[in-house]
Amino acid sequence: MILQDVIEHLQLRVLTSSTNLSHVHVYQGYVSDMLSCVVAGAPNGCVWVTLLAHSNIVAVATLLEIPAIIITEGAQPDETTLERANEKEIALLSTPSPSFEVVGRLWHMGIRANDRISDLI
Amino acid sequence: MSLDNTNITDADAAKITRVEELAYELTVDDVMSKNLITLTPELTMRDALDIFRKNRISGAPVAVNGELLGILSIEDMIRSLRDGRIDLTVADYMTRNVITARNTDQLIEALKQFVKTKVGRLPVLDENGKVVGILTKGDISIGLLRALQRDYETEELIRYRASHLFEDIVSDHTTLILRYYVKKNDFTHGGAASNNIKKALRRLGASPQIARQCGIAAYEAEMNLIIHTNNGGVLRVEIEQDKIILEAYDDGPGIPDIELAMQPGYSTASEEVRRMGFGAGMGLSNIRQCVDEMRLTSSPERGTNLYMTLYLKTPKHSPKDKD
Repeated sequence: MILQDVIEHLQLRVLTSSTNLSHVHVYQGYVSDMLSCVVAGAPNGCVWVTLLAHSNIVAVATLLEIPAIIITEGAQPDETTLERANEKEIALLSTPSPSFEVVGRLWHMGIRANDRISDLI
Repeated sequence: MSLDNTNITDADAAKITRVEELAYELTVDDVMSKNLITLTPELTMRDALDIFRKNRISGAPVAVNGELLGILSIEDMIRSLRDGRIDLTVADYMTRNVITARNTDQLIEALKQFVKTKVGRLPVLDENGKVVGILTKGDISIGLLRALQRDYETEELIRYRASHLFEDIVSDHTTLILRYYVKKNDFTHGGAASNNIKKALRRLGASPQIARQCGIAAYEAEMNLIIHTNNGGVLRVEIEQDKIILEAYDDGPGIPDIELAMQPGYSTASEEVRRMGFGAGMGLSNIRQCVDEMRLTSSPERGTNLYMTLYLKTPKHSPKDKD
């Protein structure tokens, strides 16, 4: 699924500028606000839903090769976070909706969780 | 930015981000054809047709002493043939309002021109307004592919050299040691060391899975140094041909109850740190899932030492795979 379609469908606000959103494909999703859980459980190339907006989300996404983060409940990342996300080419997307609703709509679009991480690495 | 989509194949699309960067890095001068065939205005259309055929081109700028007067394309040629006036001159049929590019322009500027104007070729002028080359969309594709190829070869070379390190250097026991100094409370750079470790391992030829496992273990260890130490600490990576040793050490305050610290879900992180997404109490158990061996020693006097080993011969399953 093309990230641009997800953005349009969920009416997400794009906060970063370095990614070409039509060329990012996402097939899986992960949701958590605990970085250790994300680090252990989020598959490569997934879209990550969180209400965290601190710059550490970019570090974690870089480590795990996560191309897009949906920041929920209108949480606003600071300038440093945006700069770093642009530099690492990670798309930061914002929505006023809560994580539960975002995940529901992603699932409805066909994005699934992944329980066999080792298959994907 | 959007490139002219009709000219982009799937293979190009996979590299699109780099291609976009290149479109800003390269100049028109880098990719244009400098073997320039120009026509003079007094040539007959018949002569021009011969020149097109001989050189297998479908258009050329019309110029005298480098001064651009117009451009003649195959469409102009067809018009003269249809009119049956192939003995008229190039000056009679050429297009006079020529869209041009500057040799110093970024490639992206030229691409935008092609998309906007739908012309097939752009004569390229230098700072004095003289014709110095011609640019087609084909030149751009070839130029970008060449640049990508150069990128690829450079990366391959670096990777090749790195992965042969252990074979090229003869000793009884070769070890490569990387050290990263991690500052207390430096959340801004949290994850930088572990990302660098992961990158270094990939360069050295480690599989994506090994690099990921080490990256995760290093990340958790790095964040522990940032969150839980008095004065930060050191993340040390020892790379040998058959194993990777990760070591994180600090000078305090030490862990009072190691058994408790190892329990999934147990955390001493402050409320403030938890708000940033840390303190799930999963760090050490994540590390345990990623490495083959793990040893944690700690005392209030000497601080904490976390020693992790990953063997390269028998890759462990990735995190969350339960035994």
